[in-house]
This record gives sequence, C-alpha cells and structure tokens, in this order.
Amino acid sequence: MRGYLARKTLVYGLTFVAAVTLNWLIPRLMPGDPVQRMVARAAVQHPETIASMAAYYERTFGLDLPVWQQYLNYWAALFRGDLGTSVWLFPTPVSQVVLEAVPYTLGIMIPAIVLSFVVGNTVGAMAARSRWLDNVALPVGYLITAMPYMWLAILLAWGLGVALGWFPVAGGYDFGLVPQWSWTFVADLLHHWVLPFLSLFLVALGGWAIGMRNLIIYELESDYANYLSALGAPRRLVRRYAFRNAMLPQITGLALQLGTVLGGALVTEIVFGYPGLGKLVLSAIQNQDFFLLQGTLLFVVIGVLVANFVIDIVYVLVDPRTRTGLTGATA
Amino acid sequence: MFLRQTRSRGVVALAAVSVAGVLLAGCSGGGGSAPTTSNPYASAEGMDAAQELVGEYPREETVFTSGTQWGPPSSWNPIPGAGGATGLGGLVYEPLFQFDPISLELTPWLAEGGEWTGDDTYELTLREGLTWQDGETLDADDVVFTAELGQVDAVPWSNLWTWLDSVEATDDTTVTFTFSDPRYQEWDNWLYTTMIVPEHVMGDWSDDELLSNPNEDPVGSGAFKFSAVGQDRMVWERNDDWWARSELGLEMPMKYIVDVVNTSNEVALGLMLSGGLDLSNNFLPGVNQLVDTGQVTTYYDGEPYMLAAASANLIPNHTRAPMDDVAFRQALARSVDVEKIVTNAYGGLVQKAHPSGLVPAFEEYYDEGVAAEHGWTFDADEAASILADAGYEDTDGDGFVETPDGEAIDLKLIVPAGWTDWMEAARVIAEDASAAGIKVTADFPDAGALDDARATGDFDLLINGNAGVSNTPWTYYNYAFYQPIQEQMLAGNFGRYEDKEAWELVQTLSRTENGTPEFTEALSAVQEKFMTDLPMIPLWYNGAWAQYNESQWTNWPKEGRQDAYFPVLWNGYVQMGGLNTLLALEPAS
Repeated sequence: MRGYLARKTLVYGLTFVAAVTLNWLIPRLMPGDPVQRMVARAAVQHPETIASMAAYYERTFGLDLPVWQQYLNYWAALFRGDLGTSVWLFPTPVSQVVLEAVPYTLGIMIPAIVLSFVVGNTVGAMAARSRWLDNVALPVGYLITAMPYMWLAILLAWGLGVALGWFPVAGGYDFGLVPQWSWTFVADLLHHWVLPFLSLFLVALGGWAIGMRNLIIYELESDYANYLSALGAPRRLVRRYAFRNAMLPQITGLALQLGTVLGGALVTEIVFGYPGLGKLVLSAIQNQDFFLLQGTLLFVVIGVLVANFVIDIVYVLVDPRTRTGLTGATA
Repeated sequence: MFLRQTRSRGVVALAAVSVAGVLLAGCSGGGGSAPTTSNPYASAEGMDAAQELVGEYPREETVFTSGTQWGPPSSWNPIPGAGGATGLGGLVYEPLFQFDPISLELTPWLAEGGEWTGDDTYELTLREGLTWQDGETLDADDVVFTAELGQVDAVPWSNLWTWLDSVEATDDTTVTFTFSDPRYQEWDNWLYTTMIVPEHVMGDWSDDELLSNPNEDPVGSGAFKFSAVGQDRMVWERNDDWWARSELGLEMPMKYIVDVVNTSNEVALGLMLSGGLDLSNNFLPGVNQLVDTGQVTTYYDGEPYMLAAASANLIPNHTRAPMDDVAFRQALARSVDVEKIVTNAYGGLVQKAHPSGLVPAFEEYYDEGVAAEHGWTFDADEAASILADAGYEDTDGDGFVETPDGEAIDLKLIVPAGWTDWMEAARVIAEDASAAGIKVTADFPDAGALDDARATGDFDLLINGNAGVSNTPWTYYNYAFYQPIQEQMLAGNFGRYEDKEAWELVQTLSRTENGTPEFTEALSAVQEKFMTDLPMIPLWYNGAWAQYNESQWTNWPKEGRQDAYFPVLWNGYVQMGGLNTLLALEPAS
C-alpha cells in the first residue's frame, strides 16, 4: 500500500511539474504583447512617454527579467499563492478573479459528474435486464454521448431557452439582482444553472449508461455468475456481484473522463456566457492576459490532478484485489 | 462575484435603491419597458438578463449607457490614463480645461483661466470654492502635485518634464508654469487631458503604486461619485456637493449613471430598441436603418449619421519595397475607391477622409490650396500611369505589375480578425488595388498578432486609426511622422517613415501658438509634406459612435443645435463633450 501511494505521488508530482511548466510556457508562445496593449491605450497622445510606461509595466509583471528567471519567479510566487496581476482587469490580482469564477465552474461540474455517474450506472444496470428499457436507453445513450458539448449546449439554449422560454440563456444570475444570500437570488442562480448543468450532465450520462449496460451483460455471462446461478443463488445476489464487478472499470473511466468533462465545462460556459473559468479562459486569450490565462489553467490542472488522485485512492478501497495484491504493479 | 460598496453611506444608499427598485418593479410589473414586438433583438442571447438591469434604479432618475467598458470595472485610478471605469476621467476626476471638438474651443473648467505671461511662463488661475468629494479644498497645491507626478517615469505625462522647467503655486489659486521649451500645442493638450488628482490622497502613494493602485474609493472633484460596481456594470451617483452647482449654476439632471459592460452588439441593440439603454457608444453595424425608421437617433439625421472621431489610415511599411517608393504610394492611394468602402462596409455610417488626414472638426485648418494641388481621388487610370512612369510594369503578364527591378509585388493588407467593418474595407482595398495592377490580398490575423506585427514593423500594409480628435492637428501629424524610429513603434509612425525634414516641420508646429500666422504657415507646410510624401494614406473617418433612445431622456446632441457636443463617454472624450451632453439632457415628460 505504501509503495503504491509513493509511486502514485511521484507520478502525480512529475505530472504537476510538467503541467505547470507548460502552463507557464503556452501563454508566452501566443502572439501579442499584453504590456504593449495596456500602454498603447493610455499614451497615444504622448508617444514620448511610451517607453517609460512600458518599462514600468514590464517591471510590474516581471517581464523584464531573463526567461529562466521569470520561470523561477513563477514557481516561487506559486508557492506563496501569488498568481500575479491580471492585465485585462489591471490591477486586480489573478487569484481574486479566478476565485470568483471557480464556484460557478464547480457548481455545474461536480453535480454533473456525480449525478451522471450515479444515474447513468443505474440506468445502464437496469437496461441490461430489461429489453424494453434497453431498446430505448441504448440508442438514446449513443446519440447524446456522441454529441459535442458545444452543440448540445446550443440545442438546449435554443430549445429550452429561446423556443420554450423556460430558462435564461446567458449569464450566471440576473443582471437585475444584487448578489446576496436571499431566496430570490438563490432561486435565480439555480434558474441560470440548469441549462449549463444539463448539457454537461446529458453528454456524460449516455456514456455511463452504455458502459454499464455492456459490462453487466458481460459479467452476467461470466463463469462466476453461471456458477452462482447453478448453485441456486438468487438472481438478486448474482446481479449484485455483477454490479460490483462492473463498477470497477467505470471508476477507472471516471478518472479518465474528468479531463473531458472539464474541457466540456469550459466550452459550455462560453456558450451560456456562464461566469466560470471557461469564460475567463476566453477573455484572457482575447485580451492577451498571460497571467489570468496561466492562473485559470493552473486551477484546471490542479483540479484534474487532485480528482484523479482521489479516484486512485478510492479504487484501492473499493477493489479488494488491488488491496491484497498490491505490489505497485497496478500503478 | 459580489457587488462591492465602499463607504457605509454607499451601502445604505444602495439598499434604499434596491428597495425602491423592487417596489418599482412591483408596480410596473417588470421595471423598465418590456420589449416591443417590433424589436428583432428582443430574443438576443442575454437580452432578458440585460433587460432586468434596467429595473433596479429608478428609471426616471437614471441614465443607462454602454459602449465603453469591455470587462468588469477593475480600476478607479485616473493616473494610468486607461483601464479606469467608464467616466472616471471627466465625471469623477476633472481636468483644468474642457475641450469642445465641435467649436474647437478650450473652456476653463477647474481653472478660471490661464495665459502666457511671457514666452515661457504660463500662469493658471484656479476657480475659488473648488472642493474634493471628501470635503477638502482643491487648491493650487493639488495642481502642482499633479504636474509633478510627471517626474515619475511611468506616469503618462512624464514627457511634460522634458520641456517644463518648474511649477509653482504662487498662492492658493494661482499656479505658474515655467518652460524650458514651450510647446504650445502640446501644453493645451495637457491642460484638458490630465485629470487633477488630490494630493491628500495620492501624496501617500509610492511611485510604484501610482499606476497599480486600484484606488477603490475614488475621491474626485466631479459631478459624480462612486456608488456601486458589479461584474456587469459601474454605477455612479450624483455628487450633490459638486462645486459647479454653486460656481457655474450647473445641475446634473440624473441621479444615477449606470454604465453597462459590453456583451455583444445584439444585446446592445436589443437594449437600445427597448429603451433600456439611453446612450450606446458601440459601433452597431446597420444602425443607419434604425435611424431611418426612427427607432433610434444619432447626431446627423442622414449620412454620415455620426461625428467623425478619427481617421482610418492605410499604413504602408516604408522599410519594404515597393512601399518605400513615393510614386508607388501615390499610385496606391489613387487606386482605392473609398466611396465603395463607405457604402459597402459601412452603409454610409462614415465619410471619406480629406487628403490632409485631419478630421472634419479641423476643417478650418484644411489647406485647400495644397489639397487641390497635391490631393488625390480615386482614379485607376492615373494610378496606372503613375506606375508606368515610375517603371512598374507587368513583365510576366500575370496582370500585376512588377517593381522596376523586375521583382514580383505581392502585398498583404492586415486588419484584425473579427473587426467586420475593417475586414470588408480591406477586401475592397485589395480588390481595387489589384484592379489597378497592384497585387494586394487581405489577411485577417488575430488582434494580438497584428499588434505585434505593427509594433515590430513586420507587415506590408495595415489599417490604423489610433490618432483621434484633439485640440490640435499636431497630434495627428505627430502620430504620422513620429521620430525616432525605434525597435518597437507603439504610438505612431507604424510604417517607419523616416524623414528629418518632416519631423522638424511637426516640431515647429508643436512650438507655434494657435491662431498666429506662423501656425497657419507651419500647418500648411506639414500638410504639403504629408500629401506629397504620403507616409500613410487617409481613407475614411471612424465615427464617434453614438446612438440615443429618446424615450426617457431628450435633448441629445444633434446637428445644428446650439448645445451640440460630442456625445461620447469613451475614455478621454468625457471632457470633450460627454459631460456637457449629460448636463444638457432633459427628462422626457
């Protein structure tokens, strides 16, 4: 167990370093210069002052240093929890901008992941033993899981938002409300939450249902299930064993899915103008805000890594075989 | 995420407003006017949400504006000169003078007046009774403090100190400026573009803080003060202790100004048509049709609808052949049919530029004699003959000319992707130039990549309109001819045109006083140089985009009216007419 954990931690540590490095590198490879943009806005009337203003901002953002030093400073600042200053929303700290957006992204992602996992697996398991449900669930599942997030989001916005008018199609809450913990505001928040949530939930749901259905059918036909049946075990018991075995690959799938769902969440947010991390990424790119882009992606990276790590641990707990046979080989 | 309020009274006021808003919404069943069936944008994405914004403040006491802010308001510091919330400069902080680009007059504002008492001394008199919003007196020391901030390198007016010697407060209301090299034109510009800031607040700031302090509790001297801010809006509340009420008898007719952060043109149009927005300073393609059907109004009833704010110029890269050849540039200028751009890309919302490149506000400065002799109009035949005379011939028979050395010409004209009007214009230019035998293709890189290319000189042709209307034609020619050429050109002369003589003419212009015969002479010389050498080719005028909905507020600026001002709240335009526009408004009965 200890060996397994140590190995996992090492792998995650290395992944983290690589991800953070890429995260620092990629905005710097983008065309454009954030400082130049800031300065050009301010000093058109006085071309003579441009150089000194640019120098000031470059110093403020630490862009005047050699590249390797910028990189080291980036790591140092990271450990202090300092993500830098936003260019687009100068002089707001990036961490503040990101923290304001994180609740929105988590708010649609976590319920979408958890609910789609639970509901999808349940529906899949039921479909495996009901011909009628199977005939419905399978094609529908294939259809929605094959849809790109963006496209489903647009369909939902058009259908339930514009055509039926049940839900608002953009924003995190109504512009007319002052954000506060009142019933009206929370109700409005939920009202705006439904469509982005639904588009993430539906796409993930189909995949889980199909996977679970196939796994259950496979497990029910396996030797141990046949043997149990032959011994005269009740069907409920056999199915319970099948379900537990079928869950394991699904949990692995969950870990793999996280990144996709997150990518989906970013796109979905842009479609619905939902004020989460996805919309920040877009604004940061449009405004050449290196630091905001870096900070936002860092949150995404950390989120995915932490979630995967947790799932790896959970896997050990739910699968007795990993626990007993742990030599690290499964890592 | 949460609305931030500074100061406790702000909280109380806001709470009161929210209650009032709720009551109002209760009475009128929704607050704000409901979208009418004739509003094709009522279903635009975000429209419902944007609609509701209108319900929160008492509608008859609030002016809703949009078109300036492109992200959540994040700074209330007037020193960096950009990035502040809409109206910060002009409504909250005020300059010494205002400038009216319609009458071309500099009007004393915080200053009572000012004059050159010698060749290099300027004496400024402040008004009596000026106060900051926290009750402190605004006096000569604040003006000296503001000017001396320029001694810090990063402050946008730091170049003032290359030609200013000293600033001294002679008494509470008098400030004497002594210059080492009086640049009259630039000085007038400084007088109305620089916001006077309170020494008792900013005097404690470190040099680094001057640009990076968000100044979340702004203490200005102006007509409005901070009320509330959200991700999607900036709310200003009238300052009832404004000095100009007693000193000048001015009353702001509205209690609140709510500036809505831009989301999309559709939302802006939708809000506009439903009466949710009183003033939109966005460029809204096709708005001419809405003006013609009477749904919104603009400065002019017909073409060009908008006042001109800046000229859009075709900028050739002078470091590359054949753009370094004046004959080639002359031919290029004649090959483009700007009228086609005006009609096709803008639907008549803009007008063709004068060959001097100066905006129509400067009409009185146009030297028509020079323009008649050296100006140009669209004439493909003339373009062809200029090319032929200069040795540009189509030697390989592909329909496009080669350079006199026989090199193929294949130029790229770049404009930012997504700027649909400019993209359309670039297509027209490419088409026209190609028809005249100059191979030009339009290309649309990302805006950031274009910034890079422009600054480093890595382009053939581009369009730029950075020099806007100002107090003096000098700004435009400074932008056109600016020297020296540096590794990065960030504010002017993007084409890297190098000519000592031209730059001397521009500097002479800067050192000449307005209205003198020397000024007219210097200006004519610069215009002649500009038209004969064509460092860049002025095409059309970008408008001071402004459309009004008159259902709540009337008396918006219109052509021919006595009190017609530039109806724009963009950064730097508030003191050029935006403030006066607001002052002149009247509630619709």
